[in-house]
Amino acid sequence: MRFEARETIPQWLPWMTIAGACVGTLCFAAVLIAAAGAPPLVGFKELFIGSFGSRNAITETGATATPLIFTGLAAAIAFRAKFWNIGVEGQLYAGALAVTYFGTGLIELPPFLMIPFLLIVACVAGGLTLLPMVLLRQFMRVDEVVTTLLTNFVIILLVSYLLEGPWKDPYSLGWPQAAAIIDAGVLPQLVPRSRLHLGFAIAIIAAIVIWFVQSRTIFGFSSKAVGLNQSAARHSGISVTKTIIFIGLLSGGMAGLAGATETIGLKGYLTLDLSPGFGYTGIAVAMLGNLHPIGVIFAAIFMAIIYVGADAMSRAIDVPTYLADVIVATTVLAVLIGQVLVRYRVVIRG
Amino acid sequence: MAPLLEVINIGKSFGSLVANRNITFTVNSGEVLAILGENGAGKTTLMNIIFGHYLADEGVVKCAGRELRGGDPRAAIEAGIGMVHQHFTLAENLTVLENTLVGTQSLWKPTLSSAEARQKLVALTDQFGLYINPDAYVHQMSVGEKQRLEILKTLFNDCRLVILDEPTASLTPQEASGLFASIRKMVSSGLGVILISHKLNEIMQVSDRIIVLRSGETVGTLKTADASKRQLGEMIVGQKIMRPVRRSSRMFDPKIRLQDICTRKTNLQSSMLKNINLAVRGGEIMGVVGVAGNGQQSLAKVMTGHIKPTNGNVIIKGVIALEYTPMAFMELGVAYIPEDRTNDGVVGDMSVWENAVLTETKNTDLVSSTKIVRTLQCRSAAEGICSVNDVRFQSINQPARSLSGGNIQKLLIGRWFARSPEIIVACQPSRGLDEGAISAVHQSLLAARGSGAAVVLISEDLEEILALSDSIIVMYDGYASAPFENNDVDITSLGMRMAGEGFDAF
Repeated sequence: MRFEARETIPQWLPWMTIAGACVGTLCFAAVLIAAAGAPPLVGFKELFIGSFGSRNAITETGATATPLIFTGLAAAIAFRAKFWNIGVEGQLYAGALAVTYFGTGLIELPPFLMIPFLLIVACVAGGLTLLPMVLLRQFMRVDEVVTTLLTNFVIILLVSYLLEGPWKDPYSLGWPQAAAIIDAGVLPQLVPRSRLHLGFAIAIIAAIVIWFVQSRTIFGFSSKAVGLNQSAARHSGISVTKTIIFIGLLSGGMAGLAGATETIGLKGYLTLDLSPGFGYTGIAVAMLGNLHPIGVIFAAIFMAIIYVGADAMSRAIDVPTYLADVIVATTVLAVLIGQVLVRYRVVIRG
Repeated sequence: MAPLLEVINIGKSFGSLVANRNITFTVNSGEVLAILGENGAGKTTLMNIIFGHYLADEGVVKCAGRELRGGDPRAAIEAGIGMVHQHFTLAENLTVLENTLVGTQSLWKPTLSSAEARQKLVALTDQFGLYINPDAYVHQMSVGEKQRLEILKTLFNDCRLVILDEPTASLTPQEASGLFASIRKMVSSGLGVILISHKLNEIMQVSDRIIVLRSGETVGTLKTADASKRQLGEMIVGQKIMRPVRRSSRMFDPKIRLQDICTRKTNLQSSMLKNINLAVRGGEIMGVVGVAGNGQQSLAKVMTGHIKPTNGNVIIKGVIALEYTPMAFMELGVAYIPEDRTNDGVVGDMSVWENAVLTETKNTDLVSSTKIVRTLQCRSAAEGICSVNDVRFQSINQPARSLSGGNIQKLLIGRWFARSPEIIVACQPSRGLDEGAISAVHQSLLAARGSGAAVVLISEDLEEILALSDSIIVMYDGYASAPFENNDVDITSLGMRMAGEGFDAF
C-alpha cells in the first residue's frame, strides 16, 4: 500500500472526509456503548433526544455551542495563517477577567451601551494577551505553540489568585467567585426561562462577519496568502508581520468574546470553572469545521450535541459521560486521518 | 557478460500525467550514457525508479542480469548503483571521512574503523583525480568539493554504476571540466556512468551514447560520435524554436544605483555583500554572474528592498531609498522575479487569478476604498495578464501549483510587467524551463529593456547572460567586479573571473 499525492483536490472532498469522520466516529462510539452494556441504537436515540428532543434540550445545546463557536473561530483564524494558537483557553479567561473588572460596578452605562462596551473590552483583552506571543514569533522566532500553551497556565493561576484574594465576592459564602456582573451588563436570554442567551446570536454573527472578512476583503486575501505561503506573500509586497499581528488580534479577540459571553451571558459572574476546556475543544471544533467560519458553527453545534446528549444518555441508560470526550477525541483523530486522505490517494498494490 | 544495467519497458504515471512510457535501454560497464531532455521530460522520474525511490507502474530494472526489487533504494545500493543528486545530501557538520562512513558502519560497534576507511578513501581520491582533504569539514568546502565528495561516497560503497543528476548546475566551467576528467577515469576503470543533463555541450564532450527523452518517451538513442548538436537540439524540443536576439537599444540615465553597499549574513544560505558600487541604466540589461552563493542572492534582495544594507545607499531614480520593504521598493517601480518561483513566486494553493493579482494589494482599481477585493475586476485583470503572456490553463480558478513551470514563470513575469516596472531584478528566470518558455522569458526581458527599463539579470547560464546582457559584472565572495562590456568577455574569461581571478585587489 502506498500514498500518492493528488494533483488536484476537489472542493467537496475535505467536507466529505469530515462527514465520513463523523460517521466513523459514531460507529466507533456504538462499539463503546455496546461494551458499556447498553444497546447502541437506544444510546444514540437517548443522545439525540437529550440534545434535541425538547425545548430545554435545544436551548441547552445552543448555550453549550456558544463558547465553542467563539473558541473554534479563534483557533480557525489563527490556524489558517499557520499560527498555532494553543492559548485560546487563556485568552478566554483574559476576556472574562476584563468583563469582570469593568462590569462589576466600575463603570455603569445603560444596557445598550454597557453590553457592547463589555464585549469590546473582552475582545481587546483577548487580543492583547496573544499579541506578545505573536511578536515573539515574528521577530525572535520563538515557537508560539510553547508560549501560547504556557500562557494558559499563567492566566488561569492569575484568575485563581484574584478569585481567592482581591476579587473574591464577600457574599459568596466562601466560594472562589467574583462579584456578579451588574444587571445592565448581563446578556438577555434568547428564549425565556432557558440558559440560551444573546451570546449565541452574537457568535453566529461573528462567524458570518469573519467569513465575509476572509473571503471578500483585502485583509482576508492577504492573510490567505500569508497562511499558504509566507515567502511568496512577502515577495509580492504583502507585509507578513502586519498581517500576522492582525490575525493574532482577531484570534485572541474571538477567544476573549468566548470568556465574556460565558461570564455575562451564562453565569453572571466569574468562577474558576467558567470553562471546562472550551479553549482546547475549540481547536477540535476548528479542525472539524475545516477552518472555515461557517463550518465552525456546525462543528460547534455537533460538539455541543455530543456533550449535552452524552449527559442525557448517561442518565437514561447508565453509560459513563466520558463517552462524550472519547467521541470528541475520536472525531479529531478521524478528521486528521481524513486530511491525509484529502492530500493523498491510497494505492493498494505491490 | 550481462550489461551493468538493463531498463526494460519502464512506465510510470502520476494520476493523469504520464512521466515515463515504455522506456528501454542498457548501460554497459566502461561507458558514459547521457540522458538528455528538457525539464519535465521524465529524466528525474526515470532515475528515481532505477534508484528505487519510486515504484514503476510497469517494466523491470535488471542489474548485472538480476532483477532489482522495485521501490527500495537499499536494493539498488546493494546491487552497486550509486546516485549523486542535484541537491547534495551531506552532513555539513561532519568531515569528509565521516561523511563517507555514514551508513556503512554497524550501529553496534562502539568505534569507527576509520584507519582502514581513510586508506581506501585516499586511494580512491588518487585513482580518480577527485582531490579532497579527508579531514575537511563539509561546511568549509566549495560546491565543487562537495560534489567530489558525493561521488567518492558512491565509489566508497563499491558502486559499479554511478548516476549523476545535473552535476554541473552550480559549477564553474573549469570545475566542470575537472569533473569530466574524473568521469573518464571512472569509466576507463570499468564503471558505468549515467549522466543526466540538459546542457548539450557537456554531453557532447563527455558521453559515449545519448538517449533523448521527450514527454516521458524515448525519442532516440545514438552514439555521441554520430550526433550533432543541431540534431540533438531538434530531438529534444521536437521542433526548432528560435530564441530572440538582442539588438542595440537606447540607454537612459541610471535607474538604480548602489553606493558602497554592505550587508550582514542573514542566514546560512545568504552571503555578505562587500562594498558594492554599481549603476544600471534604463534600456540596459546588466548580467550578474558568479558561482552560486557568492552574493548574487543578497544583491537581488538589497535591490528589491528585502534586506536593509548595513552600510551604503540604494538610489532609485535619483532618490535615496529610506524604507527597505518589498512594498516600498515596488511602489518606486521595482519588480523582482525570484529564483525559486514555486516557493517565492506563487502561492501554489491559491488560484491562477489570485496569484495574478497577488502584487496588487494596494491597487485602487482592484481593491475598493473600503478594502473589499473587487473580484470581477481582479479576474478580468488576471485574464488579461494570462492572455498577453500566453499563460495556458484549464480554468482561471485552478490552483497555481497545477501549472507547468513555464506557465508559472510566464504568470509571474506577466503580473510584474503589468505594473510597468522601471527596474527589474530577475534571478535565474529561465532555469528549468522548456525552450518555448525560455524564449518567451527572454522576449519579455528584451521588451522591458526596449521600453527603457533597467534590467538586472542574475543567471548561472553563461550563454543566456552573453545573449541578453549589455554589460556584465562578476561576483566573487561578496565583491562585484566593475562592469564589462558584453563584447569584451567570453565564457572562458568569465569562468576564470568566477573562480576569483582579478579579485585580489579588493
